[in-house]
Amino acid sequence: MTDKHIDEITGVETTGHEWDGIRELNNPMPRWWVYSFYATIIWAIGYAVAYPSWPLLTEATKGVLGYSSRAEVSAELTEAKAAQAGNLERIASSTVEDIMANPELKQFAIAAGASAFKVNCAQCHGSGAAGGKGFPNLNDDEWLWGGKPEEIYQTIAHGIRYTGDGETRVSEMPAFTDMLAPHEVRATAAYVASLTGTPSNPALVESGKQLFAENCASCHGADARGTRELGAPNLADAIWLNGEGEQAVIDQMRSPKHGVMPAWLQRIGDPVVKELAVFVHSLGGGE
Amino acid sequence: MLHQPAHKAGSVERLEAEPVNAARLRKPLYEKRRKIFPKRAEGRFRRFKWFVMLVTLSIYYLTPWIRWDRGAYAPDQAVLIDLAARRFYFFFIEIWPQEFFFVAGLLVMAGFGLFLVTSAVGRAWCGYACPQTVWVDLFLVIERFIEGDRNARMRLDAAPWTLDKVRKRVAKHAIWLVIGVATGGAWIFYFADAPSLMKSFIALEAAPAAYMTVAILTATTYVFGGLMREQVCTYMCPWPRIQAAMLDENSLVVTYNDWRGEPRSRHAKKAAAAGEVVGDCVDCNACVAVCPMGIDIRDGQQLECITCALCIDACDGVMDKLGRERGLISYATLSDYAANMALATSNGATAIDPRRMRDANGAFVEQVRQFDWRIIFRPRVLLYFAVWALVGVGMLYALVSRDRLELNVLHDRNPQYVVESDGSVRNGYMLKLLNMIPEQRRITLTLDGMPSARMRIAGQAPGDGRSFSVAVDADKITALKVFVTLPKDRLAEAEAGFSFKAEDLSSHERDIYRANFNQPGTAK
Repeated sequence: MTDKHIDEITGVETTGHEWDGIRELNNPMPRWWVYSFYATIIWAIGYAVAYPSWPLLTEATKGVLGYSSRAEVSAELTEAKAAQAGNLERIASSTVEDIMANPELKQFAIAAGASAFKVNCAQCHGSGAAGGKGFPNLNDDEWLWGGKPEEIYQTIAHGIRYTGDGETRVSEMPAFTDMLAPHEVRATAAYVASLTGTPSNPALVESGKQLFAENCASCHGADARGTRELGAPNLADAIWLNGEGEQAVIDQMRSPKHGVMPAWLQRIGDPVVKELAVFVHSLGGGE
Repeated sequence: MLHQPAHKAGSVERLEAEPVNAARLRKPLYEKRRKIFPKRAEGRFRRFKWFVMLVTLSIYYLTPWIRWDRGAYAPDQAVLIDLAARRFYFFFIEIWPQEFFFVAGLLVMAGFGLFLVTSAVGRAWCGYACPQTVWVDLFLVIERFIEGDRNARMRLDAAPWTLDKVRKRVAKHAIWLVIGVATGGAWIFYFADAPSLMKSFIALEAAPAAYMTVAILTATTYVFGGLMREQVCTYMCPWPRIQAAMLDENSLVVTYNDWRGEPRSRHAKKAAAAGEVVGDCVDCNACVAVCPMGIDIRDGQQLECITCALCIDACDGVMDKLGRERGLISYATLSDYAANMALATSNGATAIDPRRMRDANGAFVEQVRQFDWRIIFRPRVLLYFAVWALVGVGMLYALVSRDRLELNVLHDRNPQYVVESDGSVRNGYMLKLLNMIPEQRRITLTLDGMPSARMRIAGQAPGDGRSFSVAVDADKITALKVFVTLPKDRLAEAEAGFSFKAEDLSSHERDIYRANFNQPGTAK
């Protein structure tokens, strides 16, 4: 410091810094303050020895106490898993009906199923389970294979048309291009369209009804309301898996689309399938 | 005297050089604390301080033990901060986390209260009510009880270590530590049921956090109240620094009235007989001896002064003995003081002449400005009071008019709607019923609007579709998954929207939540 400045009022030297004419007095520190400062330095050295602190090229010093935040997290995760263990065991040892009957267990299963759904199912069915064209909406009340908890369980466990599972649900709609002439296909589609709306050519409906009874009723039912045993969809309601309208029906009759769902029992285990079944049932369309 | 060899002038060149650490420039890096041995004061301010101390310490130590019947569903403690359940109980008031603005309001009131008090009567907070002041006072009581008053303590401090000194010191610090433990202990009782926590604490079964808290607060109480005392106010607390902005020329501050005290003299009678001018101050240093901050108020306003007014008590006692008017040291405003000083020095032209202040009979002349209590009610103080009162009234209004039944609705966003097989449209909602009283209730949940809509509550027995009765637990949030369905041919009803209405039919408390209904084409 070159030029000293003495504060007029106190007679104390200032540090020489000045902000808007305000200067800082340079009084000596209280002793306890300086000692506290030294203590913090000693503390910092001790801390650096005891805990991970110094970054090196590829890692950091470990610290003699061996503390690590990752170990802490995994300990907490283990603890959380242990806290859930009771419920998981009960889910593993109960049937889906038992879980549905026990409110506490059901709540746990719904929460666990929701998270399992986001990992395993959302890719096809969507994160809100609303599905899309060719992928069933799981919120609504139409179920190709049944909407009771145990039926949903069966579907998830063994899949749909999944060749790797012997108990998988299988059904196949034939292509009608060989069996029916194009105008017959159109007539049948007109009849199907008439069940839920107005067909493009109402004159075709009468002949279409006859064709439907001969060719389609065996699977979709005489009233076109579908058959759960065969996974045949209801054609008389507002929900369409592969597109709505006459043209979609024609397309499906000419080259049927068949969705495939993997069997999940081997992949994620029985308890998680139960949780998923309870969760899907709780979405609002469960029976 | 030795004969010095004479130098010829100019033979040696004198250099203008100075060492960088010349002795006259050297300063210590730090200063050790100078010990203060406050003498016991007696008088009206000391009595008031005893009273404030009794009240504040009683409130602090006893509040957690006040019982308050809350029925079977809540702890029976009048003041409790239940962190685990996230509830704050204060006598008949129960505060939920979303009502935390009440606490914020209290803090705003505390802030403005501090401005209000400081602008009116100076640093009254520091001098009377601050925990540091109160606990230091308490620790000083112990110190005096064991070691005696100022002179005895100074002798003991200077004495060599004898068995008697060790005994006294150990006893003093032990009692201090006991007070520290009691202080930290009282703190944790605000966060749990006091009697049961007391039992488990003594049985060493309480949570580690409890012991940690008590240990830390014991240490801070002991160190701040016993060892550091005035250092906390001088070096650690920001409040003294803020004073300068809070005080104005009409605020009350403890003032040494040198316009009547100077020139001070220890031999006033002799000096007066010799015809010298003497003021009222006899330089007995009583004001310095009693000062807990160890300062001399006669040096004028200082940031260390906490305006505890003990010097006023000490000086008034001396003035009584001398048969002089009280108030040589007094609460005075800076503007009164300046006016009196101007009178005593005839506007700074001369040194202080206390004779200018008195008439022939020795009474103060009329021009001497005495404190006028009306100055307290000046616009600035009234404004602070208005803001403070406004916040308080607003909070009281919010408190008496607040809902104890609340309904929150979360509309499902994914999917935004579901088309059912019969063409009707379903929307999902998560309803949260907040029952904020410690009693179980039955709440009736009703659809308002969309006359064709039907409601279904997951996990509840089907009702009539427009209204359900739901049991809610005491002091709990009940979450309900609700599905509302509109028939295919009535979808136009959704245009006007609808409401969920939650009502307690017995008390007619209700909360209404306006909701939307999404359908194909309207979803955003």
